[in-house]
Amino acid sequence: MASIKVFGHATTTSTRRVLLTLHEKNLDYELVNVELKDGEHKKEPFLSRNPFGQVPAFEDGDLKLFGMKPITQYIAHRYEGQGTNLLPADSKNIAHYATMSIGMEVEAHQFDPAASKLAWEELFKHIYGLTTDQAVVAEEEAKLAKVLDVYEARLKEFKYLAGETFTLTDLHHIPVIQYLLGTPTKKLFTERPRVNEWVAEITKRPASQKILQ
Amino acid sequence: MMGTILQSRLLPIKLSHSSLLFSPSQHSRSNLKFTSKSSPSTITMASIKVHGVPMSTATMRVLAALYEKELEFELIPVDMRAGAHKQEPFLSLNPFGQIPALQDGDLTLFESRAITEYIADEYSEKGEKLMCPGCNKVKALTKVWLNVEGQQFDPIASKIAFERVFKGMFGMTTDPAAVQDLEGKLVRVLDIYEARLSKSEFLACDCFTLADLHHLPVIHYLMGTDSKALFESRPKVCEWVKKITARPAWAKVVDLQKQ
Repeated sequence: MASIKVFGHATTTSTRRVLLTLHEKNLDYELVNVELKDGEHKKEPFLSRNPFGQVPAFEDGDLKLFGMKPITQYIAHRYEGQGTNLLPADSKNIAHYATMSIGMEVEAHQFDPAASKLAWEELFKHIYGLTTDQAVVAEEEAKLAKVLDVYEARLKEFKYLAGETFTLTDLHHIPVIQYLLGTPTKKLFTERPRVNEWVAEITKRPASQKILQ
Repeated sequence: MMGTILQSRLLPIKLSHSSLLFSPSQHSRSNLKFTSKSSPSTITMASIKVHGVPMSTATMRVLAALYEKELEFELIPVDMRAGAHKQEPFLSLNPFGQIPALQDGDLTLFESRAITEYIADEYSEKGEKLMCPGCNKVKALTKVWLNVEGQQFDPIASKIAFERVFKGMFGMTTDPAAVQDLEGKLVRVLDIYEARLSKSEFLACDCFTLADLHHLPVIHYLMGTDSKALFESRPKVCEWVKKITARPAWAKVVDLQKQ
């Protein structure tokens, strides 16, 4: 039995971010499926793992965590010596770490809200037989375009968002980008040269491929 | 989203264009502080500069951390009404055009929660601890509750503050249906806090950390409205709110709003 357990659903971007982190670190884990369509995440025993009723929850030995960001950060720190380094190259450098933290906040507050709404409108709604609201798509694409303009400028200076190496900041973007690449919104990424290169880099990583299986 | 609405409509603070130097032990009304080491004709500039306004919840979060750490800093007002935050030179500090931004020597940071974490790490030996020292396990639990504030509490609570407090300031009308809906969501979060605070003196552990501090600005606004009942009706939450809002460092942040 792996000492690491993830309680989540393999199709959700939040669970995927955790799985990606584990794959990058070559860590064994058990994925315990939480059946979202049955509302399993809003009942016991899941609520004892996350009282806010959201996937994923996490266990490593007797440590229990919830919240996607705390989990990926824990894995990156606890298993720092193993697999891909997901922290800045000089991980003890507080200024570099702060730069990575800014990137994770930006992903959570600026990028993800627009990107997730677009994934919902253009992808998940089809799965549930609902109709895409094109007005919402236009509005959210406009917001996402502004964020990607900032990313384009940033990536002209640095290879990755937090600096010269791949970090949690880049990783957190991958699952929702993978969904958007299958929608018309893909153009927002392909029409920005550095963003396009960055997307190609991060999605071709072996770990990124593994979570799609 | 919410932050952008708030920040683009803030009234200008009636300050001169010179920056305000604040030392932790004094908050008098003079604009510039001279330290005892400088000659009368020179001004000692703090290496930490905060670009923001005292009314902004995100700026207050950063100021609270600086006061808790007893750090010297300079507060440089940003003329929100003129849209200064959406133009250069501010955009060079934060390309997303939101306050606050912080400069420490030649390091520039934005996103209030990344800034406070930097302050807690870089100045870990000064003032209040703000993060539970310890192994990965302890730090991870602190981050769980930091994340809860940012992802579960703030999105709801700051919208209530917008409805009940900021809309009034800008001549807009509170939407009671929206408030009711939001309060319905907030009580579910506060019930979880009540359970948590029955097991732990503060949110992350038994000491005051950033996980508690980050709540202060929005709670401060809500406690001046009818929404305070949601906090006061839950004994552990009520006690926690009293404790964290009574902290001297927080009183200094609130004082800045009166200047």
